[in-house]
Amino acid sequence: MSKKQATLDHISTDVLVIGGGNAALTAAITARELGLKVLVLESSPIEVRGGNSRHTRNIRYIHDAANSFLTGPYLEEECYNDLLMVTKGNTTEKMARLVIRGSHNVGDWMTAHGCRFQPAMRGTLHLSRTNAFFRGGGKGLINAYHETCRRLGVQVMYETEALDLEVANGTCTAVHAQGPKGEYLIRLRSVVLASGGYQGNRAWLREAWGPTADNFLIRGTPYDKGVMLKAMMEKGAKTIGDPTQGHCVAIDGRAPKFDGGICTRLDCVPFGIVVNKDGRRFYNEGEEFWPKRYAIWGRLVAGQPDQIGYVFIDAKSINLFMPSVFPPLESDTVGGLAEQMGLEPNAVEETVRAFNASTKPGSFNPGELDGLATEGLDPPKTNWARPLDTPPYYGYTLRPGITFTYLSLVINEQARVVQQDDTPFNNIFAAGEITSGNVLGQGYMAGFGMTIGTVFGRLAGKEAATCLMN
Amino acid sequence: MSDELKCKQQAAVLKEADRVMGICNACRYCEGICALFPAMELRRTFTAGDLNYLANLCHNCRGCYYCCQYAPPHEFQLNFPQAMSALRAQTYEQTAPGFLKKLFPNNAFYVFAVSLVATILLTAVSLCASGPSVFFGAHSGSGSFYKIIPYGAMLLVFCLAGLFALVALLRGVIAFWRISDGKLQWLDLAAHKKAVRDVLTLKYLDGGGDGCNYPDNRFSMIRRQFHHAVFYGFLLCLASTSVAFIYDHAFGWPAPYGFFSLPVLLGTFGGLGLLAGTGGMLWLKTVMDARPADPASTGMDMAFSALLFLVSLSGLLLLVFRSTELMGLLLCIHLGLVLGLFLTMPCGKFVHAVFRYAALVRNAHEQRTGQV
Ligand SMILES: Cc1cc2nc3c(=O)[nH]c(=O)nc-3n(C[C@H](O)[C@H](O)[C@H](O)COP(=O)(O)OP(=O)(O)OC[C@H]3O[C@@H](n4cnc5c(N)ncnc54)[C@H](O)[C@@H]3O)c2cc1C
Repeated sequence: MSKKQATLDHISTDVLVIGGGNAALTAAITARELGLKVLVLESSPIEVRGGNSRHTRNIRYIHDAANSFLTGPYLEEECYNDLLMVTKGNTTEKMARLVIRGSHNVGDWMTAHGCRFQPAMRGTLHLSRTNAFFRGGGKGLINAYHETCRRLGVQVMYETEALDLEVANGTCTAVHAQGPKGEYLIRLRSVVLASGGYQGNRAWLREAWGPTADNFLIRGTPYDKGVMLKAMMEKGAKTIGDPTQGHCVAIDGRAPKFDGGICTRLDCVPFGIVVNKDGRRFYNEGEEFWPKRYAIWGRLVAGQPDQIGYVFIDAKSINLFMPSVFPPLESDTVGGLAEQMGLEPNAVEETVRAFNASTKPGSFNPGELDGLATEGLDPPKTNWARPLDTPPYYGYTLRPGITFTYLSLVINEQARVVQQDDTPFNNIFAAGEITSGNVLGQGYMAGFGMTIGTVFGRLAGKEAATCLMN
Repeated sequence: MSDELKCKQQAAVLKEADRVMGICNACRYCEGICALFPAMELRRTFTAGDLNYLANLCHNCRGCYYCCQYAPPHEFQLNFPQAMSALRAQTYEQTAPGFLKKLFPNNAFYVFAVSLVATILLTAVSLCASGPSVFFGAHSGSGSFYKIIPYGAMLLVFCLAGLFALVALLRGVIAFWRISDGKLQWLDLAAHKKAVRDVLTLKYLDGGGDGCNYPDNRFSMIRRQFHHAVFYGFLLCLASTSVAFIYDHAFGWPAPYGFFSLPVLLGTFGGLGLLAGTGGMLWLKTVMDARPADPASTGMDMAFSALLFLVSLSGLLLLVFRSTELMGLLLCIHLGLVLGLFLTMPCGKFVHAVFRYAALVRNAHEQRTGQV
């Protein structure tokens, strides 16, 4: 053993929390409040701490009554039905209900631990009853939780990545980690894995999706690499979920490779047409309101050649959606715009001609499913189908943006990680994205990622602490 | 600096403000922090006028910096408070009348130079005029200040200086209204009412409830409290001077006044408030996290606080030592500094008070009517 490691051997803790996002911090706070010594490992530097959680803006939780930031009650059955709808029944009822019930009035706990809420933001009023919005977004929440951790005496090590676990007979005794000053061996009595999904790991994405994965943009942190997920799979943990399942939306093609966050979303699709590299349309742009559809467009674009889509709108629609972070390309002709985008102008002009010819007069209303549909067009556009005829024309590119992956460790009702023979590990718990597949088989419900993290995080923290107290 | 270079630099400051505003308007997570973000959301694109206005609505609470997912080291390098501070300083400079524009770069130097020259001149002239035996003599009783500086001279100099400050500030705020594309919003009485309340409570230094982020990322009310001390201290001193003026000119009771007289009480509390407030602001500047700050504005900010600090310190010392031989010198120093304050008012940090008020009025109007 090297001298460096010998000195570092001394690190030991009761509860080790691996990760630094919402799930990790809620677990750490809970375990610490039960009186245990808690150490948090966060692989990122302090400035970008908080993983995907720092990009969030709201949490969905059930509550009996309206308050200053939620406009009305939201109860278990409604929430469960909403979940069934988005996942098309692809959930585990027992675990789903555990999360939903556990979320009851969780905003109170969050407020008591520093979180501040505000009423739903403009443009997100459809969530104003079900989702509570963090003042200052997820980074504000993470800062507040860190301040609580500091006050409570939770120790946090930044730029320290857990690499592997020492597990014997279902019990974890230590974790190997890489920190800025070298390797650590951290002795522990129980461990909470809250290290997110694996979407930051391009090689693994390639394994699941093939080479198309190279064109995916990762909307959140590059630090969620699935290292703990893989390590636990090697230790015989049972997994749930298809590795290609996850939250995958269509975002501005010019977004950064990582950490583009919320501002790269594009809400203009329902007001225009989307073509692929060959200048052809491939899906009904007006099927539903964008917030209900943006998550299927990620997969749709991923299925197109080179994983790219091109949106065309005209001057009539430019002010109908939330401003985009990157300005659109602009031209007085459809062909000119196509050319700027590197598309064959004739092909796009032909598509637009055919589209325009199939539109019908009628009243257009962006605020409702207006039924203004194309006729005799394949694929059709079933709402908001106005011809593209008013210059200037505007164009954006679309790319698949991965929010997080669902491939998960199976956990039981104590958030204990389960082995392949269905018996749980003795002192290994998990929470957050790394467990999302227990609830989300497919599809996604806005604000539920934070619900899963907060409920399982608190549960894991509590169980990781109480299992040491008996 | 050549005019061309200056133009380029000003365009760059505006461009950066436009860039960060574009990102913020697509994100909008900071909506609950202050007035600026909801005002931003009323717009889709930003003219130079919009940006000039919005920059002056920013109270520099830095809440948005610490919860920004795009702040450095993110590749967007979004530093909202810094971009706003830089643009704010630029609006001060742009709106100053011709030759006074030159006082903005190196503002700290000019503020001190002007105050120093004013103090030395006043001292020298008074010393020569009154003669060393009077100047360094101990005086008592009402009217003793006029033995050092004659009544007429004092009245003339300070009325002129005050008038200069007033006219220049008024001119400045009109120019600000113009460069921020302001319209008739200033006629909205309800908006003035709301703006006055916002000013008196310093609403937008509360960060949405828990205070602003000084000196570091933790929330605290400390900056708000220091600012309140400065603001109300300043008002008390103004009240003290006004009462004294009335005493002197309406009732014929010249200063100095007794320790428990109204002008002295007002002045003492005001002076102590200013001393604590400006001292606190200066201290915050030295210990704060420098990342969200605009380094180019620091000199201007510090000079203003420091000058106010010295004005109130000299005023309080004058009060303590007014019946000793030090009175003459202290009076000249105090009045010299006050003169410096008046003369540099329209070309330094003080203008923020007027511009901020104008921006708050416009914001109140916009929010009330939903119209930009
Ligand atoms: C742009 C965007 C917006 C979103 N908006 C919302 C929203 O509004 N509401 C909502 O509910 N959900 C939202 N989500 C989803 C949400 O972010 C996640 O569901 C949630 O944050 C997961 O929390 P977590 O703690 O499990 O993971 P994370 O927050 O990703 O935390 C994982 C942490 O583990 C650390 N880590 C990873 N591996 C290691 C290792 N080996 N050793 C040490 N540390 C490690 C990472 O650095 C990170 O800090 C959004 C996601 C994105 C990308």
